[in-house]
Amino acid sequence: MLAQQLVNGVLLGATYALFALGFTLMFGVLRVINLTYGFTFSAGAFIALALTRQVGLNIALALPLAALGSGLIAVLLDSLLLPRLRRRPSAELDSLMVTLGAVLALYSLMTAWLGPDIRRFPPGTISATAIELAGVRVTAAQGLILAASLLLVGLLMALMTTTKLGLAIRAVAEKPDAAGLMGINTPRIAHLVSLLSGALGGAGGVLIGLNFNAIQPYMGESMMLRGFVVIIVGGMGDMRGALIAGLALGIIEVLTAGYIDSSLKEMVAFAILVAVLWTRPQGLFGRAVGQRA
Amino acid sequence: MAPALEISGLCVSYGRTEAVRGIDVSVQPGQVVCLIGANGAGKTSTMRAISGLAKIRQGQIRLNGTDITAWPAHRIAAQGLLQVPEGRQVFGELTVADNLALGAYLVSDRAEIAARQARVLQRFPRLRERLAQHAGSLSGGEQQMLAMGRALMGAPGVLLLDEPSMGLAPLFVDEIFAIIADLRREGTTILLVEQNASAALEVADQAYVLEQGRIVLSGTAADVAANEAVAAAYLGG
Repeated sequence: MLAQQLVNGVLLGATYALFALGFTLMFGVLRVINLTYGFTFSAGAFIALALTRQVGLNIALALPLAALGSGLIAVLLDSLLLPRLRRRPSAELDSLMVTLGAVLALYSLMTAWLGPDIRRFPPGTISATAIELAGVRVTAAQGLILAASLLLVGLLMALMTTTKLGLAIRAVAEKPDAAGLMGINTPRIAHLVSLLSGALGGAGGVLIGLNFNAIQPYMGESMMLRGFVVIIVGGMGDMRGALIAGLALGIIEVLTAGYIDSSLKEMVAFAILVAVLWTRPQGLFGRAVGQRA
Repeated sequence: MAPALEISGLCVSYGRTEAVRGIDVSVQPGQVVCLIGANGAGKTSTMRAISGLAKIRQGQIRLNGTDITAWPAHRIAAQGLLQVPEGRQVFGELTVADNLALGAYLVSDRAEIAARQARVLQRFPRLRERLAQHAGSLSGGEQQMLAMGRALMGAPGVLLLDEPSMGLAPLFVDEIFAIIADLRREGTTILLVEQNASAALEVADQAYVLEQGRIVLSGTAADVAANEAVAAAYLGG
């Protein structure tokens, strides 16, 4: 029983980590809190739904296409909303308000267009078979989620730590002006980061959609609350922190639901957030944002 | 010969504050030109405008005859004008090696990058033992050397140095000016901004004195150093 719960928790946590990684990357580089990030999560799930249902694509093809589509949506939203905001003296607070308004408008637009009902992937999107190992059951969907999350997280970490492009992204995150003096095209890096983070958000939406087989316009909203918990606990802009905190949150939620009460799982997550903010405002793993600037 | 860098009628303002009010500066190839002046005279605004980091309200900047006015910073760097900015601005969270690699961001030939890094480490031997360290853990003087090494990794056609001696211990100040003198001997074209006027005038060919956003005096470094008003205001009597 515990082993099964832990496996489920790790799987859920892997998608939280994936989603939070995109969020923290966006904050770390663009230096604004962009709540429209949650919309890329819903958008990814709906694009994958349309591609599997209407076009009849295999999920293995629909997932990367949905991620790409969400990434492009993020680039579009960011270029519309962020350039003006980033020039403001209180960019972090202003961006919170403006993007909150924008994301609520987007969710309602989506609901008006597609309806509020919960939708499901067509039967057979993913094989219903499950393997059992030492009493732990892992479905094909869960296997795909784990593989896709690990692959995407691994690719992003490799990009950031081993490539010249990743070095340029980290330079822009730390000192945009100095990065420009090195010949780095900072506006293009900002767009690329929007694309990458939007794609991670969208992929997260597809994977969570598959895991629970329930897709609806506001799904990005509850995910965004978890994204906040994860990046605050992990340290704003800290990628390793987001990975650890995302996994931990998934495990804690599943264990709370399994051993205490499923209606308490969100309470536990937010209680942890409050406790962390109280004692270590810079996050468990991160350095204070002020010190990073 | 066309000047390597020619600034004409440059005006820079922040909001309602006019920081630079129509200055003309010319740097010939192979020359070291210094811009001296008090705090707030407009020196750093001028440097930021040249590199494309501050908005130019009026005027023109030419690099080897090419008009680069209002180009984005990355294009100006690609054109060969590199700056060591005020306050050094090293990437503190990255290693010394990564900082140097970023200086050669526009170079793709690995052998060339390695050769340049070897030359930079020869010039700044202290950096060699610190290659794997985070730049933020270096002392101020070491960070200044890293910032200069990083710019040299880009093989600058024109090098801008903004207050390279600011906040450094006297020993480091001497070392930095010795390196500027070396670069001059090697034929590097340099525009140097300094508050340490006596050291700057010693190493420069030409000098401009900036007061409240305007050039009030210019000429050979020796002439400017001999000027009584300059001596009184900037050279401590």
